[in-house]
Amino acid sequence: MSGFPILSLMLAVPLIGALACLFLEAKAARSVALIATLVDFALGVVLWMNFDVGGAQWQFTERLEIFSGFSWALGIDGIALLLIMLSVFLMPICIGASWNSIEKRVGEYMAAFLLVETLMIGVFAAQDIFLFYMFFEAGLIPMYLIIGIWGGTDRIYASYKFFLYTLLGSVLMLVAMLWMVHTAGTTDIPTLMAYDFDPHAQTWLWLAFFASFAVKMPMWPVHTWLPAAHVQAPTGGSVILAGVLLKMGGYGFIRFSLPMFPEASAYFAPLVWGLSMAAVVITSLIAIVQSDMKKLIAYSSVAHMAIVTIGLFAFNTQGLEGSMLVMLSHGLVAGALFLCVGVIYDRLHTREISRYGGLAINMPRYALFLLLFTMASIGLPGTSGFVGEFLSLGGIYQVSTWAALICTTGIILGAAYMLYLYRRVAFGDQNNADAAAMPDLDLRELLMVVPLGLAVLWMGIYPESFLAPMRADIAALDARLARAKPVGDSAPTIGKVKPAHEESVAHGGSH
Amino acid sequence: MDWSQSLRLIAPEETLSIAGLVLLLIAAWGGDKASRLISILAVAVLVGAMALVAPALCGQAMGPDTSAFFGQFRADAFASYAKILIYLSAAATLVIAPAFFERLGAMRAEFPVLVVFAALGMGIMVSATDLLTLYIGLEMNSLAAYVLAAFLRTDGRSAEAGLKYFVLGALASGILLFGMSLTYGFTGTTSFSGINAAVAGGLSHGALFGVIFMLAGLSFKISAVPFHMWTPDVYEGAPAPVTMFFASAPKVAALGLTMRVLLDAFGDQAQAWQQIVVFLALASIVVGAIGAIGQKNIKRLMAYSSINNVGFMLVGLAAANQQGAAAMLFYLTIYVAMTLGGFVAILMLRDEDGNTVEDIASLAGLSRTRPGLALGLAIIMFSLAGIPPLFGFWGKFLVFQAAVDAGMMPLAAIGFAASVIGAFYYLKVVKVMYFDEPADVVKGESDVWHKAILAVSCLFISPLGYLLTKWLGGLAATAAMALFFAS
Repeated sequence: MSGFPILSLMLAVPLIGALACLFLEAKAARSVALIATLVDFALGVVLWMNFDVGGAQWQFTERLEIFSGFSWALGIDGIALLLIMLSVFLMPICIGASWNSIEKRVGEYMAAFLLVETLMIGVFAAQDIFLFYMFFEAGLIPMYLIIGIWGGTDRIYASYKFFLYTLLGSVLMLVAMLWMVHTAGTTDIPTLMAYDFDPHAQTWLWLAFFASFAVKMPMWPVHTWLPAAHVQAPTGGSVILAGVLLKMGGYGFIRFSLPMFPEASAYFAPLVWGLSMAAVVITSLIAIVQSDMKKLIAYSSVAHMAIVTIGLFAFNTQGLEGSMLVMLSHGLVAGALFLCVGVIYDRLHTREISRYGGLAINMPRYALFLLLFTMASIGLPGTSGFVGEFLSLGGIYQVSTWAALICTTGIILGAAYMLYLYRRVAFGDQNNADAAAMPDLDLRELLMVVPLGLAVLWMGIYPESFLAPMRADIAALDARLARAKPVGDSAPTIGKVKPAHEESVAHGGSH
Repeated sequence: MDWSQSLRLIAPEETLSIAGLVLLLIAAWGGDKASRLISILAVAVLVGAMALVAPALCGQAMGPDTSAFFGQFRADAFASYAKILIYLSAAATLVIAPAFFERLGAMRAEFPVLVVFAALGMGIMVSATDLLTLYIGLEMNSLAAYVLAAFLRTDGRSAEAGLKYFVLGALASGILLFGMSLTYGFTGTTSFSGINAAVAGGLSHGALFGVIFMLAGLSFKISAVPFHMWTPDVYEGAPAPVTMFFASAPKVAALGLTMRVLLDAFGDQAQAWQQIVVFLALASIVVGAIGAIGQKNIKRLMAYSSINNVGFMLVGLAAANQQGAAAMLFYLTIYVAMTLGGFVAILMLRDEDGNTVEDIASLAGLSRTRPGLALGLAIIMFSLAGIPPLFGFWGKFLVFQAAVDAGMMPLAAIGFAASVIGAFYYLKVVKVMYFDEPADVVKGESDVWHKAILAVSCLFISPLGYLLTKWLGGLAATAAMALFFAS
């Protein structure tokens, strides 16, 4: 496979599909979009098959000096590989979710989605810092249109909020990038990752990057765009927003903030812990009282993303690996939950929890899958959620027991709001006649939820498949962070167990 | 330096002068019936002039060999770069304008002639290396522009625009002249190289005031805040093709002239004017962005957008080095493409009777009634907002890179943050076109030339434009080098 520009091809396929969709009428546009995303998924599988675990850090590299000031440089490591896999896996499902529910302007909708896919893969594959920025920012345009055109009643407010919030965060990052390139004299991301910036300058650079990634992540208290955007976005938009776009923030931390500014990261770690702790508790509590299903899941996303940041800033292998797994797992689970909401929304056109009830009676298959994803969201052992959260919290325990304690309450609160949601939707009496008359999952919907369910179980039962590709990269990052690692307060010391008889002798002797 | 050499160097200006006079004679005898022919000939002349100036850019002309008439005029790569943009904008205006005026029954044979003379004056502006040449070029352009603004004689708004432009332009010229006289008085020379030598030891107070007054006068011409008040009124009142012309060519000329004055004549005294330019830049960015938010007329919106863009370009000037100058030139190129595309799109917005639609609310739902036009306008709006991967981003990127490399981090950070305010009103246009229910006002069809110009400018500012960054970046760097080589 060496030499074949598979990453460029993966970028090109959805882009060409997007251009084609613009000129096609509804039916053809749907088919083109599905084919393009499936081809990209197949290419992703080929990519994973050919990824040499334990080989070179950067694989499938491409470099074309066709621009002035930056270059078309692509390449992936294990971390990027997994996130690209997540993107190409979720895309066909998103298209499927929008198959019937989008009726107006189908061609434009599909084009916007395919464009988002191109840009997401670009973000994860870019090896040039400015190329990364372009992909990172460009995603705003199609997402703005998706929320604004096909969203719900408050779509315009939500689309503005999404756009301006994220843009403000990003432009500050760009200024920092300009300074870094000026100082280091290169735009190459791997080189910049090994460049030692002056610790004083790092503080400012870190803050600028933080401004961008914290909004994208989103971290408390700059998360307010997320519920607005999620609630108003169509199902497919929500899936991709929760599934992949939120991962850009985490990817940014892992690719830029941590390796490029280790000292500043350590300096600001307590800030991140504080925000994450606040996020876990506050947004979980907010989630409990929501009456809108999508809002509930949106707030739970913020809480889960806080587990990601807490793991990232644990400065050890466990925490970093855990964060990556939480991101992947959340991508699948939150995507699946939004999909489940979409399934019943398509039938009843409301997201009010109180309008449903007793769905387990008339929609048993639906109830089964919803239960699986609910449990995965809570982090039940055997599902993907458990592995990541356990590792992340284990990682943070080594540096801050308090942060670990408070963030672990997130799991309890998570169980509270998710089980409460499940009880109100699937169990209880069938109070609403129209909800009781809804048909169970059809073949199209099964084709979407079954792969998600299998992936969730796979990641929960055998996470090694996902840990193996990124192990070397996480270890390299851990080594890079070693010099700035904060001192942990848990300080587990191996105690000496005194021989029992000695103690009893001493005990007896004192009397 | 003999006369033949000088005359050879000003070949494009000679061509334009003679052609302008010939066309004037044709207009005098042919009357308004000949206006279409004159327009076609004028476009041909402008394209010919472009061919005449291009060799200086491609041949990297700079240094004493390019200086004509004993240091009055310089035909170097910098002037060539700016002139190509100016002639291009003028030619595009002439392609678009006849359809607009003919529909109103107001097409007159003088229109193309005035545009040619304005282009001539602007060419002289960017080539000026002497205060006198500068003023001749400036006035030549301005006098033609005043008439153009008031070209729809029966329309009250157009006449008002012309009068406002004239009064304020005359005031600006007066301030500029006052600054020039101070500069002359305290340096004893009008030539840029002479001024540069005279202030080498530091600016005297008088010369400093000269710089400030000249900068104020020039700020009027580039409509930088706080000298921008006339822009929205004139842009709104003037006929749309004329507004398109005002927003493109004179901006290039006035910014080119400002660069010559500041970087050439006062290049070694950058610290004296840098902070003024920083203020002008930030004020223009912020006021341009905030002022645009409440606008309901799309021409006024574009006026504030041009103020905003001038602010960004001045960021490159504030860097006061070759990189900044090259970045400005590149930005100007992209800006001209966006402006031409934007105004052509606005001209294509016609209602059933063929009248231009200027109300932003009337664009509602354009994406469903006229998808191609809406897409073009959306691309231009996102590009003006500076969202990658559209090419408008690259212009902002380059000027801010120059500012960061020159150590002006606060300027870059504040400027970039303010660009988010600007994004708001560009988004508003997209929102109206894409999110709102169709108002179904825009119905008129446009000729193929409009579509062609819109398509070409949209292609240029699409991500494909990045493929040109090496080539255009090289040309802009050459032009900037020529500017600095002179001093």
